Amino acid sequence: MAARVLYGGRASLEIGIGSAVICCLIALVLALIAGFFGRIADAVLSRLMDLIWAFPVYLLAISLATVLLTKPNGLEWGFVHVDPSSLWVPTFIIAIVYVPYVFRPVRGQVLSARHKEYVEAAIAQGASNVRLMFVEILPNVITTVIVMLPLMIATTVLTEAALSFLSIGVQPPKASWGTIIDDGQALLYSRPMVAIAPGIMIVLTVLSLNVLGDGVRDALDPRAKLRMKA
Amino acid sequence: MAVFIARRFVGLVVVLFAITVLTFLIFFATPGIDPTRQLAGRNPTPETVAAIKHEFGLDRSLPVQYALMMKRLFISRDLVSYGNQALKVVPAITSAAPVTFSLVIGAAVIWVVFSILVGLLAVVLKGTVFDPLLMILALIGISMPVFWLGEVVNLVTQDRAHGFFLFSWVPPLGYTPITHDPFMWFKQLVFPWITLSILYIGFYARVLRANLLEVENEDYVRTARAKGLSERKVLLKHMLRTSLITFVSLFGLDFGVLVGGGALLTEVVFGLPGVGLLTYRSLVALDLPVIMATVIYGAFFITIANALVDVVYARLDPRIRPA
Repeated sequence: MAARVLYGGRASLEIGIGSAVICCLIALVLALIAGFFGRIADAVLSRLMDLIWAFPVYLLAISLATVLLTKPNGLEWGFVHVDPSSLWVPTFIIAIVYVPYVFRPVRGQVLSARHKEYVEAAIAQGASNVRLMFVEILPNVITTVIVMLPLMIATTVLTEAALSFLSIGVQPPKASWGTIIDDGQALLYSRPMVAIAPGIMIVLTVLSLNVLGDGVRDALDPRAKLRMKA
Repeated sequence: MAVFIARRFVGLVVVLFAITVLTFLIFFATPGIDPTRQLAGRNPTPETVAAIKHEFGLDRSLPVQYALMMKRLFISRDLVSYGNQALKVVPAITSAAPVTFSLVIGAAVIWVVFSILVGLLAVVLKGTVFDPLLMILALIGISMPVFWLGEVVNLVTQDRAHGFFLFSWVPPLGYTPITHDPFMWFKQLVFPWITLSILYIGFYARVLRANLLEVENEDYVRTARAKGLSERKVLLKHMLRTSLITFVSLFGLDFGVLVGGGALLTEVVFGLPGVGLLTYRSLVALDLPVIMATVIYGAFFITIANALVDVVYARLDPRIRPA
């Protein structure tokens, strides 16, 4: 039992951290493009993000997961082979679902940084667009992402557990805290620890991440009013 | 105001259209996916497969497929589930919706009352040990997976402590319509309500506390104090009112999300036959028509709720209204 919980924790943390990092990277790049180029790029990306935002997180994840997991042999996209039991499937699903939540605040910051004097100075020196985006603007907006990261991980760990509990996250034979709680539901009255133990692990993990996130926010960005949803 | 509503309405229609398109594309046009197999459920007969192919126009172009699907969802409303013998999808959702509403409305009442209480209490007790203590409790509430909390609650109230007088009145899991037996309806929903509201009590109490502390330094609060109002009046009439603006807009969004499918996990754990449980059952059976319909229903509900919040908000706060 203890071994299973520890082993499940590996999958839970891998997916939680992996998807939060991937999500922040995608959101960061998209926000840089949208905020820097403005006009059509901004309009298209912002509308797309609004659209994803309009979906309830769980329903969008459920739709993607049902489609990606129904093929027993996995999917073939050119040279990419998606194995349904791979941890990458839930990782990417969760990452995509949360992109708009990071995209919005970062895009706003890129927009305001775009017309600061130091960017104009760099333009006057003949800096290329790529240099402007990644050397001038990026270091000034990265704080927001760093502040959001621990809170994102807390959110993605909870989401992974929920999806696995609904049997559309981590697939057997692999296990995560969510799948163990799901297994434990049938044994609830006879062997309650099967469901309780992984739940306690989730609470402790998410709680520490939330405390860490609050601390990082207060240290780096005292005025930030991040309203992250669990 | 009329212009604002009209513009919001056009935006709403565009988003709703985009939602149906995106959902449709996910289910029908993901590369490498055969929608026929997906629609047919587990182990279909060749006849079913052929019938589905014809019925959904899967041998025709994507726009035609989309139009056919939407016609069956919204106009003729006769979309039928294949995995679950001839279950009509749209009536199944409408009959499940009252259960979800019962759950979410009750939980919302609890979480609004208690989060305001906890938030106010934390501000009043600032400087004592109780403020950090309450905030730690709130943080724990946010960090608990709701389905796990539900299982623990079930374990205690249904099994381990059911003989104990405190929980002996708890009826078995399930749902009784309020028209049938209001008392039973209430008894069966008490613990689902509490379970669902705990996360939100924690979250809203934290937001409210932060907002209250923020307005504490505003001029109008100092004025209210300076003209000799009691601390209670300052807190309730002056500080709380302005702090409730964020609270109300968050509430609108969360309420929409919960009715639109966010209550899924609570419904599954407590066996409440709402829209969420319907989605879950079709997930287990891989019943695509039902999943697609519930996803669209949920997204629609949320988008419409958001638009309503915007309009109410603009009505309350003239600064948001375009000149």
